[in-house]
Amino acid sequence: MGSGKFDFALGIGGAAGQGIATPGDILARIFVRRGLHLNTYNAYQSIIRGGHIFLTVRVADRKVLNHGDKLDLLLCLNQDTMTRHLRLLGAGARAIFNSDTIEPGQAAEGVHLCPMPVAQLTNNNRNSLVQNTVALGVMTSMLGLDFKILETILTLQFQRKGQSLVDENVGVARTGFDYAEKNFEPFPFALPTGPKPLAVWSGNEALAMGGAAAGVKFYCAYPMSPSTGVLHWMAQNARELGIMVRQVEDEIGVANMAIGAAHAGCRAMCATSGGGFALMTEAIGMAGMMEVPVVFINVQRAGPSTGVPTKTEQGDLWQALGASQGDFERFIVAPRDALDAFNTIPELFNLADKCQCPGIVISDLLISEGRYSVEPDEINMRPTINRGDLITDPSPSNGYLRYKDTESGISPRATPGLEGHVHVAATDEHDEDGVLISDEFTNPHKRRKMVEKRARKFKGIAEQIAPPQLEGPETAEITLIGWGSTYGVISEAAEQLRELGVTANHLHIKWLVPLHGQHIVDVLSRSKKTIIVENNYSGQFFRYLRSETGLSVTGHIRKYDGEPFMPHHIVNGVLEHLAGKTAHYVPYQEIMV
Amino acid sequence: MSTVSKLVAEDRPYELKSKDFKGKVEPDWCPGCGDFGVLNSLQKACVELGRRPHEILTVSGIGCSSNFPGFFNAYGMHTLHGRALAVATGAKMANHELTVIVTGGDGDGYGIGGNHFTHTARRNVDLTYLVMNNQIYGLTTGQVSPTSCSGMKTKSTPFGSVELPINPITAAIMNGATFVARGFSGDPKHLTELMKKAILHKGFSLIDIFSPCVTFNHDNDYTFFRPRIKKLEDEGHDSGDWKAACEKAMAWGDTIYIGLFLQKERRSLDQLEPVLDEGGPICRRPLGLSSEQAQRIIKRMM
Repeated sequence: MGSGKFDFALGIGGAAGQGIATPGDILARIFVRRGLHLNTYNAYQSIIRGGHIFLTVRVADRKVLNHGDKLDLLLCLNQDTMTRHLRLLGAGARAIFNSDTIEPGQAAEGVHLCPMPVAQLTNNNRNSLVQNTVALGVMTSMLGLDFKILETILTLQFQRKGQSLVDENVGVARTGFDYAEKNFEPFPFALPTGPKPLAVWSGNEALAMGGAAAGVKFYCAYPMSPSTGVLHWMAQNARELGIMVRQVEDEIGVANMAIGAAHAGCRAMCATSGGGFALMTEAIGMAGMMEVPVVFINVQRAGPSTGVPTKTEQGDLWQALGASQGDFERFIVAPRDALDAFNTIPELFNLADKCQCPGIVISDLLISEGRYSVEPDEINMRPTINRGDLITDPSPSNGYLRYKDTESGISPRATPGLEGHVHVAATDEHDEDGVLISDEFTNPHKRRKMVEKRARKFKGIAEQIAPPQLEGPETAEITLIGWGSTYGVISEAAEQLRELGVTANHLHIKWLVPLHGQHIVDVLSRSKKTIIVENNYSGQFFRYLRSETGLSVTGHIRKYDGEPFMPHHIVNGVLEHLAGKTAHYVPYQEIMV
Repeated sequence: MSTVSKLVAEDRPYELKSKDFKGKVEPDWCPGCGDFGVLNSLQKACVELGRRPHEILTVSGIGCSSNFPGFFNAYGMHTLHGRALAVATGAKMANHELTVIVTGGDGDGYGIGGNHFTHTARRNVDLTYLVMNNQIYGLTTGQVSPTSCSGMKTKSTPFGSVELPINPITAAIMNGATFVARGFSGDPKHLTELMKKAILHKGFSLIDIFSPCVTFNHDNDYTFFRPRIKKLEDEGHDSGDWKAACEKAMAWGDTIYIGLFLQKERRSLDQLEPVLDEGGPICRRPLGLSSEQAQRIIKRMM
């Protein structure tokens, strides 16, 4: 608990198949219905049964930027969780466990061990999931909540499966609640209430909803963790929203199908992770050459190759920068959180339509699979849609030049089916009329003209996009620089540093192409010490920034163990840097998941 | 937001001629290439069916025969090697009113694009796939292809290919294609009739076309095919009988069959897709969400 602010985190650990998600979801619903904000991170492995899963739910009375540094409550669903995580608890924290099956470990002073005699409480109910429901009752009591609140949510959760299941679960939860009332000390705070109920979404759902709001009519994908949530949302909502959703044979097919649909006039989108993105890259170049606006999402996971499929990393920046052979124009954007991901999609579609080129979104497991509270009013489901220079009227004559060499480089686009605009779009270099110049009629002057025409589309484009803003004091001892999903954790680290008396500010980069290079140089020229924080080994963003601007920085904090940063990782790195101990800090991951 | 309200400048009677389908450039194929016969047949088929150039989308991959869209006056997409069927599926789903014709070669379709061939067939996407099968890689100057005969000597198999060729006809039948035919570019009249049937067929139509490469394949040229080719319709073949179709398709000796091997009724992907039940092509529908849709989505998140 921070001083004067409500800030509470609980962890639920067990094996895959032990039903961790259900108590996690129920608690999340209780919190957001009270108007409390939350941020959850689920550490898991590529396994359907077994292994170790650890769900962190952090809840506060203000926006929660990341899953935090500490735990106030630990629910152990198996012995492994007790063994791994009890040592993380400090004074005042509570560990709940089924005393029939789990031996308590050695806890730090002041930690409350709370054994639940599950068999006794449930008349030897042999359902292995019953301990979760008992624990929900216990936690409701410890949080000082009225049992009715839990009863309502359990009813909502189970009513589809029949009244008897509702009654059973409510009954079991009640025994847990009553047992805790008598035997365990509640937390010494009252759970606050926010001004109005909040909604919950994952980053993948936000990306999918962003697509729906942007007018995506064609979505296709091949399942790949951690991007599959986008496909699931789309499939679930497709019919109601008039979106065509296709699961395709491979990511090569996905990218090509999306381009086919986009060329025919749909807003088309697809999502994958790094391996699938690798398969898409040839097609991304096709979208560049044919000048087709399509959005490709890469939800990064730890690589290379199959890598660590259920872990996070920011390791695909150079893959996106170099996706496909040759020079061509593409947008690359890395949203900083779920709401930003949602808002980014319509903005990117408008830009891609304007410039008739591909757009690449870089998300990662952390944003995409985390679940977050969001204020419903903040979700603009009806954003501005601008399709750019799209011809909609037929013409009786055939003088149309699909790739007309205009001053802006943008050639008015007609889609198949419209009379008078018949043309061929080709992956070979072509002239203004679409006729190939690559084979029989190669002509260096035409080639140069067409390369320059396409490149001109991006002239001055950065000025049409909001540049990154420095957050925190104008001048500071330390400027933290990040990109994409690390926004929340760096913001909180900067705040913690300020509380420690270190003035820190934060520059976060979202648009990678176009990069606001001069603006970044100007901002950083006022900084004393500069540290780039990245979730990768080689400093991909640092190397990119240096290649584009010539800028260097004084320090680096990099993490590449598959787990996301926690605020104290960054704070410690900054303190060591300021103390002159290291210019390259790699934090130690304390939680073993 | 802009949407297309009408597709034709003015409604007036029109009369089509083959030259209406002549592309902006002359074909760059070698003199004697089988692909000329395919081009002429398709132009004729489109005239006879009364399809106008702007109603047609040709999609190709890469290879000699994949240069086809540039030589044919219609909307066209000259895409990546092996990817034509995937691109065409996307375009057809976006605008299912288009007549989609995919053109390419044996290497493009059965080699690098083999995966898409399998899945486009089983999805029964309503398009016509014309494979100009010359049993050789021509544009790369003569290497073995997935349909090259065993023992064939090419630049990449100087001592003879040891692999079995793929049989496109049986492969298409096994994968669920609903119209499977074989043509010969040396018999354009027969080919034109096959093309008309294929275009009118609702579903995935394959016409594997013997389209000899006179430059790089001297084993399977016109003189090889002419004495061997027999028409299925002259043999009383029942195109509803898939077993007989497979048997006929396997013949590769003194007799090689052309014609319609199999045709069956099965709903095509656009007919099966509920999103297309009403409202016209999705590429022409208004973008964005209604406020009712938006509210429903938000409510489910609470």
